[in-house]
Amino acid sequence: MISFTIKRLASGLVLLIVICALSYALLYFNSSGIARNILGEQATPEQIAAKEQELGLDQPLLGRFLDWATSALSGDFGQSWFTTLSVSNALTTRLPVTLVLITVSMILVTVFATVLGTAAAIKRGWFDRVVQVGAVVGDAIPGFVLAIFLVTIFAIQLGWFPAVSTIAPGAGLDAWVVSLTLPVIAIVVNYVTASAQQIRSAVITQREREFVRTLRSRGLDEREILLKYVLRGAAPAGLTVLSLQFVGLLGGAVIIEQIFAIPGIGQLAVTSAVNGDIPIMMGIVVATVILVIIVNLAVDLANGWLNPKVRTS
Amino acid sequence: MSSTVTIAPAEQSTRPRPVIVRIVRNPLGAASVFVLLLVVLAALLAPVLAPYSANFADIASTLAPPSAEHPLGTDSAGRDVWSRLLWGAQVTLLSALVCAVVAIAIGLPSGLIAGYYGRAFDSTSNWLANMLLSLPAIIVLLAVRSAFGPSVWIAMVVFGILLSPGYFRLTRTAVQAVRNELYVDAARASGLSDARIISRHVMSVVRAPIIIQTALVAGVAIAIQSGIEFLGLGDPQTPTWGAMLSEGFRNIYIAPLLIVWPALAIGLTVGSFVLLGNALRDALEDSPKVKANRRAVEAAIQAGALTDSVAGVNVALVRPEDVQDDLPFETELATTPQVPDDTTGHLLEVHNLAIGYPLADGTIKTVVNGVSFHLDKGEVLSIVGESGSGKSQTAFAILGLLPEAARIVGGSIVIDGIDTVRPGESIVSQAQLRPLRGRRISYIPQEPMSNLAPTYTIGYQLSRPMVELLHISRAEAKKRAIALLDRVGIADPARTYDLYPHEISGGMAQRVLIAGAVSCEPDLVIADEPTTALDVTVQAEVLDVLRRMRDELGVGIVLVTHNFGVVSDLADRVAVMQRGTIVETGSVRDVLRAPQHEYTRTLLGSMLEGKKPLTMLGEEKETAK
Repeated sequence: MISFTIKRLASGLVLLIVICALSYALLYFNSSGIARNILGEQATPEQIAAKEQELGLDQPLLGRFLDWATSALSGDFGQSWFTTLSVSNALTTRLPVTLVLITVSMILVTVFATVLGTAAAIKRGWFDRVVQVGAVVGDAIPGFVLAIFLVTIFAIQLGWFPAVSTIAPGAGLDAWVVSLTLPVIAIVVNYVTASAQQIRSAVITQREREFVRTLRSRGLDEREILLKYVLRGAAPAGLTVLSLQFVGLLGGAVIIEQIFAIPGIGQLAVTSAVNGDIPIMMGIVVATVILVIIVNLAVDLANGWLNPKVRTS
Repeated sequence: MSSTVTIAPAEQSTRPRPVIVRIVRNPLGAASVFVLLLVVLAALLAPVLAPYSANFADIASTLAPPSAEHPLGTDSAGRDVWSRLLWGAQVTLLSALVCAVVAIAIGLPSGLIAGYYGRAFDSTSNWLANMLLSLPAIIVLLAVRSAFGPSVWIAMVVFGILLSPGYFRLTRTAVQAVRNELYVDAARASGLSDARIISRHVMSVVRAPIIIQTALVAGVAIAIQSGIEFLGLGDPQTPTWGAMLSEGFRNIYIAPLLIVWPALAIGLTVGSFVLLGNALRDALEDSPKVKANRRAVEAAIQAGALTDSVAGVNVALVRPEDVQDDLPFETELATTPQVPDDTTGHLLEVHNLAIGYPLADGTIKTVVNGVSFHLDKGEVLSIVGESGSGKSQTAFAILGLLPEAARIVGGSIVIDGIDTVRPGESIVSQAQLRPLRGRRISYIPQEPMSNLAPTYTIGYQLSRPMVELLHISRAEAKKRAIALLDRVGIADPARTYDLYPHEISGGMAQRVLIAGAVSCEPDLVIADEPTTALDVTVQAEVLDVLRRMRDELGVGIVLVTHNFGVVSDLADRVAVMQRGTIVETGSVRDVLRAPQHEYTRTLLGSMLEGKKPLTMLGEEKETAK
C-alpha cells in the first residue's frame, strides 16, 4: 500500500509540473498585449516598454517560469497586476468559500445518489423508471439555467433567501446556511441524477456476479450481502463518477457563484479573466490542479483500500 | 452533464427498422429531433426572419414589452430580442459544430493509432487524455480568455481539445477489442493494408458510439458556451443566447420576461441534444426490453398444470405415488404433505417442476418441464445432460436462486417437509428457503474463481456464515474454518485463511467453496458442475473430497454434471435430462450398463468413443474391460 501511494503521489506531482508549465506558457504567450492591457489604449510605446520591463516580460519565458516556480514553492505566487493584493492572499480568502460550497454539495450528491441508485437497482419497476427518466431530464437541463430559475423564484420573487450572498469574513454560520442553501440545491439537483444512474448500473452488475448467488446460498442476510459485498464492489464505479463530477464542479461553481453572488474563487476567476490579471489566473489554475490531484489521489487510495487486487498489483 | 458512452458489442445481427424510424418512434427522440430542426431552421433563415440586424439598437425604446414592432420586446440597449434569438441560433449551432469537429479531429485518429498500434504512442496519448480529463473546463476557458481575449471560436476550439479524450477513449477501446478478433487476423493474413482494415472493420464498430457521443458533446458545448457568455466573458459584438441570458439576469427586477427567452432557447436546445443522444443510444445499441407479463405467467402456470397430466414420458421414472396432481392447489401443505407415506420423508422431493422465462412477445419460454425426483440423506443423485438441458435451472430452483426473471410455471419442491415451491405458485418461497440456506441446504458452484468475493479474505468468507448461522464466536469460527480447510485437503490452512481469492489456484478455490458449502453442516448439497472448470488431476481430488463429505457427514448431494465419468465415480442414482425433461432415470449401474433411452446412449457413446474413461474404472472394477 505504501509503494502504491508513493507511485500515485509521484504521478500527481508530474501532472502538477506539466500543467503549471503549460499554463504559464499559455498565459504569458501573448506578452505584448499584457502591458497594453494594464496601461490602457492611450499608453505610448515607451510606457509599454517600461511596464514590460517592470513586470519582467522582456526576459525569456523559461527563465521567468523557473523564477515563478521557485517562489511558488515558498508560497509566493506573486501579486495581482490590478490590485495590491498578493495572489496567495486572494486565494486564501476566496478558496474556503468555494470549497465549502463544493464539499457540502458533493457530500449530499454522494448520499442521495447512493440511496437512489441502490434503491433503483434493487426495487426496479416504477421507482427505477422514475430514476432513469430523472437522470435523462437532469442531464438535459443545463445547471446554470436551473440555478437562474431557483434564484428567480425563491430569492427574487418569494424572497425566502437572499439574492446576494451574505457570506463575508467573520460572518456567522447562519449567513453561510442561508447563502448556500439555494446554490447547493441547484448543484445537487443537477448532479445527483447522473451519479445515481452510474451507481444504479454498478449495483445491478454487482448483484449479478456469481459470488453474490453463492453468498446467498450460504444463508447470509440479504442486507449484509448488499452492504458489504455489492456496495463495496460497486463503490469504485461510483467513486469514479463522483470524482469526475467534483472536477467538473470546480469549473461549474464559477457560474453558480456568479448567479448567487457568492464571494468564492469563481468570482475572482471571472474578474481576473476579464481584466487579464495573469498572476491571479495562474494562482487559480495551480490551486485547482492541486485540488484535482488531491481528489484523484483520494479516489485511487480508496479504490486500493476497497479492492485488494488493485492494492497488490 | 457526464457524457459517457459504452461500446456496442459489434454490429447487431437483426435490425428490424431503420435507425431514424426508431428514433422518431421514441417520443423523447421525436421531440428532440423536432426542436433541433426548428433551431436549425431558425439559424438558416435568420437573415429572412429577423426584422433587425443583431446589434441594431433602438435607443428610443429600451426594455420595451412585446409589441408588433418587437415581437418579444427589446433589451436594455433597445435591441430586438426576437432578432437576437435568431442570430444567436447561428452562433450556438456553429460553436457546437466547431467544438465537435475539433474533438473528433483530434480524438478519433489518435484513438485509432493508439488502439491499433499500441506501444509508446498509446501510453503517451493515454496519459495526455487523462491529463486533459482532469482539468476543469471553465477554469481552462477563463485562462484562455485572459490570455487571448474574448472569442467564441477560440473558446470552442479549446473546449473541443478538452473534449477530445472522450472520442479518444471510445475509439481506442473499440479498436483494441476488434484488433485481436479472428476476422481482423484473417483480413491481415489475406494481405489487406492496415488502412483498409481500419476503414472497413474498425470504423463500423466505432461509428455508432461516435454519433451518440457527438450528440452529447454538442449539448455540452452549447451549455459551456452559453455559460461563458453568461459570465460576461464573450465578445459583446457577437449575439449569443448566453449574453442575452446575462442581460436578462441583470434586468430581472425591471423586465423579468427578458430572461425567459434565452433560458428557454438554451434549455430546449441543450436538452434536445442530450435526449437525441439517449434516443440514438437506444436505437443503435439496446436490445428490445423484455417485459414480464403477469397474465402470461399465470396462463403458463395453467398450461404447466396441463403438462403435468400429460407428462407421461416421465412416468417411467416417477413412481405413480409421486404424482400429486390430484391435490387441489388450495390444500394447506405447510409442513407435512398429505401424500402416501413412502413418497414423503425424503430429504428432497421435486414434483413435476416446470420453469419458464417471459419473452418480449408475452409468451413464456419453458426451459424445464415436468421434472420429478427425490433424494435421501447420504445419497448422491446425479442430473446429467448437455448444456441447455435445464439441469442447472432445476438446481437453482431447489436453492431458490433462479434469476429474477424466472417463473415457476408448474410443480412443487419440498425440502425435508418444508414446501419451498407450492403447487400453483410462480416463484420460489424465499421466506421458506431463507432459514434453510446454509444451515440445511447448500451449494457448490461451477466456476470457483468467480464465486468467491474478490474483496474479502478466504477466512472471512468462510467464517462469516458460521458466526451468523451457528451463533458462535469469531475465534471459534476461525478455528472451525481452518479445520475445514484442512479437511478439504488444503496444505497450509492457517496461511490460506488470510489469503485473498486472487492469490490461490482454481483447484484450491473449489476446495474452499466445498468447505464453505459444508461449514454449517447442511443435510443437502447442490453441486453444479463442481469439477468442470478444473484440471483433470484436480477433478479426481475434488470428487474425493465430495465423497468424504457424503460418507463422513451423511449429506445428500444433487450432482449436476454433463460428465458420465463424474457420475460413475460418485453417484448412486442418475437422472438424464434433455431439453428440459428427464428422459431416463435409475441406479448408476443400470443406466450405464443398459441405457434405455436413445439420448442416454448418445451421451454415453460420445463419451466413450475412442477412449476409456479412467474415472469409471476407479470405483467399479468389474465394468472395466
